[in-house]
Amino acid sequence: MVLSISVDSRFVHKMWEEHELAKMVEGGIPFPMLSDQSGEIGRAYGVYDEAAGVDIRGRFIIDPEGIVQAMEVLTPPVGRLLGETIRQVQAFQHVAKTGEVMPAGWRPGQPTLTPGPELTGKVWKVWKPGEE
Amino acid sequence: MDNAKAKDKPKDGCVKPAKGIIKPSAVTAAADTGVTDAATSSSSPQEDAMSVKVGYPAPDFEATAYVNGGFDNIKLSDYKGQWVMICFYPGDFTFV
Repeated sequence: MVLSISVDSRFVHKMWEEHELAKMVEGGIPFPMLSDQSGEIGRAYGVYDEAAGVDIRGRFIIDPEGIVQAMEVLTPPVGRLLGETIRQVQAFQHVAKTGEVMPAGWRPGQPTLTPGPELTGKVWKVWKPGEE
Repeated sequence: MDNAKAKDKPKDGCVKPAKGIIKPSAVTAAADTGVTDAATSSSSPQEDAMSVKVGYPAPDFEATAYVNGGFDNIKLSDYKGQWVMICFYPGDFTFV
């Protein structure tokens, strides 16, 4: 489930969706566009810029129990890469299912690691990030 | 938890203000079951200390939203049991 949030009103969200986004995204925006006009929600998540009066680019991955598993916050000029978010969600879902862990640079389909005494000092044998 | 679920048909949220941040009901006691429905308890000192950390619960909130062509109030805790991505951004009709 995706929820987007900005300080714009729901009425502006409607106009933006209808007049611009629906022309960029086939079928329109499939997720709820939330309004945080007081900045209260952004403040609680540490992404509200008091001086500018906006929520900056914060992205949070929340698991089915309501626990924050990942966050990423960027200043306004640079946009995000959805693929990286999806990769992280896939990795966290894999951990939740198997208990295995993912080394740096892991992508779905690549080998995972099972932590334990036997693996200590042996990661170099099973994980070679240079080879893909 | 009055309006939990039943998100199929968006309704107009104009008349019902959203609650914003929803704090756990038992702030002092250890039991943290459910959330409070007190609509106007949104500016106690506890809230200012609220922050988000990985590995800890995400602050619950309710906000007005544009969804499926209509308006509705959306609560984070309605999506318990699902993976959720929350995406903040500076503004509609901006460029990035």
